[in-house]
Amino acid sequence: MHVTRDFSHYVRTAGEGVQHIDLAVEGVHCAGCMAKIERGLSAIPDVTLARVNLTNRRVALEWKAGTLDPARFIDRLEELGYKAYPYETESAEATEVAESRFLLRCLGVAAFATMNVMMLSIPVWSGSAGDMLPEQRDFFHWLSALIALPAAAYAGQPFFRSAWRALSHKTTNMDVPISIGVCLALGMSVVETIHHAEHAYFDAAIMLLTFLLVGRVLDQNMRRRTRAVAGNLAALKAETAAKFVGPDEISQVPVAAIHPGDIVLLRPGERCAVDGTVIEGRSEIDQSLITGETLYVTAGQGTPVYAGSMNISGTLRVRVSAASEATLLAEITRLLDNALQARSRYMRLADRASRLYAPVVHATALITILGWVIAGAGWHDAIVTGVAVLIITCPCALGLAIPTVQTVASGAMFKAGVLLNSGDAIERLAEADHVIFDKTGTLTLPELEVTNAADIPAAIFDLAGRLALSSHHPVAAAVAQAADAKSPIVGAVEEAGQGVRATVDGVEIRLGRPSFCGAEALIGRATLDPEASIVAFSKGAEKFVLSVRQGLRPDAHAVIAALKMRNLGIEILSGDREPAVTAAAHALGIPEWRAGVTPADKIARIEELKQRGAKVLMVGDGMNDAPSLAAAHVSMSPISAAHLSQATADLVFLGRPLAPVVAAIDSARRARHLMRQNLWLAIGYNVLAVPVAISGIVTPLIAAAAMSGSSILVMLNSLRARSASREVV
Amino acid sequence: MEILVILVPLALMLGGAGLVAFLWSLRSGQYDDLDGAAWRAIADDEPPQEAPAKR
Repeated sequence: MHVTRDFSHYVRTAGEGVQHIDLAVEGVHCAGCMAKIERGLSAIPDVTLARVNLTNRRVALEWKAGTLDPARFIDRLEELGYKAYPYETESAEATEVAESRFLLRCLGVAAFATMNVMMLSIPVWSGSAGDMLPEQRDFFHWLSALIALPAAAYAGQPFFRSAWRALSHKTTNMDVPISIGVCLALGMSVVETIHHAEHAYFDAAIMLLTFLLVGRVLDQNMRRRTRAVAGNLAALKAETAAKFVGPDEISQVPVAAIHPGDIVLLRPGERCAVDGTVIEGRSEIDQSLITGETLYVTAGQGTPVYAGSMNISGTLRVRVSAASEATLLAEITRLLDNALQARSRYMRLADRASRLYAPVVHATALITILGWVIAGAGWHDAIVTGVAVLIITCPCALGLAIPTVQTVASGAMFKAGVLLNSGDAIERLAEADHVIFDKTGTLTLPELEVTNAADIPAAIFDLAGRLALSSHHPVAAAVAQAADAKSPIVGAVEEAGQGVRATVDGVEIRLGRPSFCGAEALIGRATLDPEASIVAFSKGAEKFVLSVRQGLRPDAHAVIAALKMRNLGIEILSGDREPAVTAAAHALGIPEWRAGVTPADKIARIEELKQRGAKVLMVGDGMNDAPSLAAAHVSMSPISAAHLSQATADLVFLGRPLAPVVAAIDSARRARHLMRQNLWLAIGYNVLAVPVAISGIVTPLIAAAAMSGSSILVMLNSLRARSASREVV
Repeated sequence: MEILVILVPLALMLGGAGLVAFLWSLRSGQYDDLDGAAWRAIADDEPPQEAPAKR
């Protein structure tokens, strides 16, 4: 059978006779890598553009149409030492990019207006004390209005829209008092200017928008970076499937190019990337990523297979029923939808603060107006004072208090190997007081490892590893990796479903089922681990038994201890069998565990804990965990998790260790502490400023100074989130 | 004070030019890779012996 790699799905036409492809590249992190890749790729004839984006870790390539095969770039990058794979922008990421450009444009306009209005305001402030003529002051006020009004109308859009959305859903958020404050300040300033009055607040209103937009841009950048990294990781998984393009010809195509009804070939050792039904062949499949069950399932004609299952022994032909993104079990979809609805009811710290804040501020302004009228002031003066109260209490620092901390904290988490999927995850993670772990793939590593390697002579183990290289079986792959084998043995023969054999120096060596190696006698003596797969190795008359299983993550024990020290309740909820779960729980010292639970049972358990007032952090990876990840107060997934779980989880952690879980909890708690501190700083500033505003002696100068002062204070305080402690476990 | 007739429009024009420059730089994608741009500024020029191979 003939196999080709087909990347045409990712190639775009960019202008006349030029083709374009974006590649996600792993391991680019400095100027040296950048120069090496750009030079290496430009050296290929007919390449017209090779540009690395260091922020997104991607390469944009353009070449003369029809001259080159994209696979060549991937091979070239491989030679240079980088793993690369074509990348397709998801619609979610494209929206983020457009949104972030819009916010930057707004910020540019607002900053331009602030600078120019300030240039006009400062002469007015200093002139009021000196010899400025009222006509000149009016002229400057009119000029300010000319700049500030259109700028505010444009740059205020993100706030006005969001405030309108909130109001039309009959709720309030932080943007409601912001919008009211800005509109009133501008409106009153126009009225005052018309009446040749001394004070106008154009500068304060537009400066407020500028500071708040800084907060928005930071928030947006954090989300965009996370999405870019998550997108790259998904691309680098390079999920392809062997699709039949002719009766006997297959092409290795990206999953995105596979449609329902196609027929794909699933070879031993391959992970299925689509949902479908077996139409030919017999095999054992490992569905642990979907159900958590580590025992293999026998698959034959008519057996449904789901994306994420690993094919173990035989070759299967599968008719695709749904391609990658739509791959779901009906039951899991239903549970997930319900759980996600519950999730959206969470109210962010900022919105909770503004829900208290807005009524208090608006009531204070009203009381000020009425108070001055009762005290004998005219309606005009009273209203001016009331609006001054609103301007000075406008939640500038409050608007910055949360996004600045979030940005800094997410940067720190990023370094610790944790990606954030949602902005408010930090707040929710900080509140968590009960951690539920899934076992398979979360506490244990997704890959298999040899547990008794130490009992076997090194030379024998080496030989077994080299022989294992000739087999496609996942267990053999684990043996090869454990032995760090590089050179396969020449002339090794694989007997399907049995094992591999070869002859070295006249002695026959075999690796495979114990019966294949004549090592049944040894099995009885080996301490049987319920989760382990046993493979035998024989060299002539010498026989050995290797026990292969999913090992615990290297630091799982330390992490559990660290979590206990932080007074978090810990338990295991697993879809796997009782003995396997019990063994893991004992090994890690986890007092509570439940085995053989269904996705619905997991949700029930989380609901039960919620009833008791616990805030649950769910850590899981399987597709069967997805609904409970959504139902929990906050959730985490390893990067090896099923698509669906990764998309549902609030945080995703990278790498083999479990330590990022603790690191994330620590930085989240620290961040929440700083957020609260920031909110108190902002409120404290208001407590000082409001009496001044009520007394009616606030000039635009005082308003501008107070506003920028408090905003800068809050930003500086947020930077303290950077100094997160290094040692986590 | 007649000088204001010149100075104020001048100031606004300069500010406006700055804004236009910013919007142009944003549109031409100069904010897409801030990390990379920081490194490119200090990257060495291409060694001369490799130049013929490229162009």
